[in-house]
Amino acid sequence: MTIIIDILSAVFLAGGAFFCLVGGIGLVRMPDFYTRMHGASVTETLGAGFMLIGLMLQAGLTLVAVKLAMIGLLILFASPTATHALAKAALLSGLKPKLGEQHSGEGGISSKP
Amino acid sequence: MLAAATLALLVTVGLALMRAALGPTVFDRLQACSTVGTCAMLLLALLGFLDGRPEFLDIALVYGLLNVIGVIAVLKFFLQRDSNEAANRPSSEDAQS
Amino acid sequence: MARSLITLVGLILFWVLLSGMFVPFLLAAGLGSAIAVLLFTRRLDIIAGEAPPTYLNWFKFIVYCPWLIREIMVAAWDVTKRILHPKMPISPTMVEFSPTQKTDTGLVIHANSITLTPGTISVEVEPGRFLVHALSREGGASLAGSEMDSRCTSLERH
Repeated sequence: MTIIIDILSAVFLAGGAFFCLVGGIGLVRMPDFYTRMHGASVTETLGAGFMLIGLMLQAGLTLVAVKLAMIGLLILFASPTATHALAKAALLSGLKPKLGEQHSGEGGISSKP
Repeated sequence: MLAAATLALLVTVGLALMRAALGPTVFDRLQACSTVGTCAMLLLALLGFLDGRPEFLDIALVYGLLNVIGVIAVLKFFLQRDSNEAANRPSSEDAQS
Repeated sequence: MARSLITLVGLILFWVLLSGMFVPFLLAAGLGSAIAVLLFTRRLDIIAGEAPPTYLNWFKFIVYCPWLIREIMVAAWDVTKRILHPKMPISPTMVEFSPTQKTDTGLVIHANSITLTPGTISVEVEPGRFLVHALSREGGASLAGSEMDSRCTSLERH
């Protein structure tokens, strides 16, 4: 039983590590600020979430697991607020997003600079 | 696996620092800072498990709170500075740092 | 008054959760800190306003959370593929649409859900008007009148 939990935990930790790395790569590769935020949000949701689940599986039903869950809840509630504040501030300060790199002929969406 | 995850997080912190060094605007740097903060939080939790010292989790929790508040505070500071500068020179360009 | 009491109980529970020790001195210190924080928040006048507990259908919220997590995973996988793809098939768009929520709580939940799902970020949030930056055109097009929108609206209780 413990072996199964260990394997599950390792899988979740590996997944978390993978998604954190993907977020970091997105942060470096993406062309402009607004698209970089999408990369970072992968780290903040799936990367952090998987890693915390992996740690929770190792902790078992203890206070440590509850604290890990609190950290997860904190990330889930606070990080979108910070991201939204950043995006809004960037738009207010006049930073224009690059729009439509590919198939930029399709209509139907009210896109605004 | 804990050590591997720690290594991956350190690489992510490195990538975010690269963006913080390169990033043309203030907001890129702030986004990188917030990513570094998230990674630091996870690193603290992982280090607690590696060392067998769960007290680190409390530090991680406080770090997470401070991270969000810190990013918003720095953001507010830069917004104020930007609006002051915009008042001084009417043709405001992009928020280049 | 009832709201202050709920805040106090919540703060004490938070203290006990974080400390995990039941020594009389520490419990007394926790009680003291909770009362101090409560007084500060009362003085800052930030307990007032629309409170989630009364404006939220909690049963539907509990059903909503797993759905949101599934949605986040699907969206994150999509963004992951786009990031790792050698050519990066992204087509950033700004989409403006009107959410159907009436209360602030519903609007905040909807906006936070949009930001939490990788690939979409709510840039401007006002009652009746959301400005969202989406990583791909498809992601942006599916926002207005989405399932998330109707689910968030059904969370509200007037």
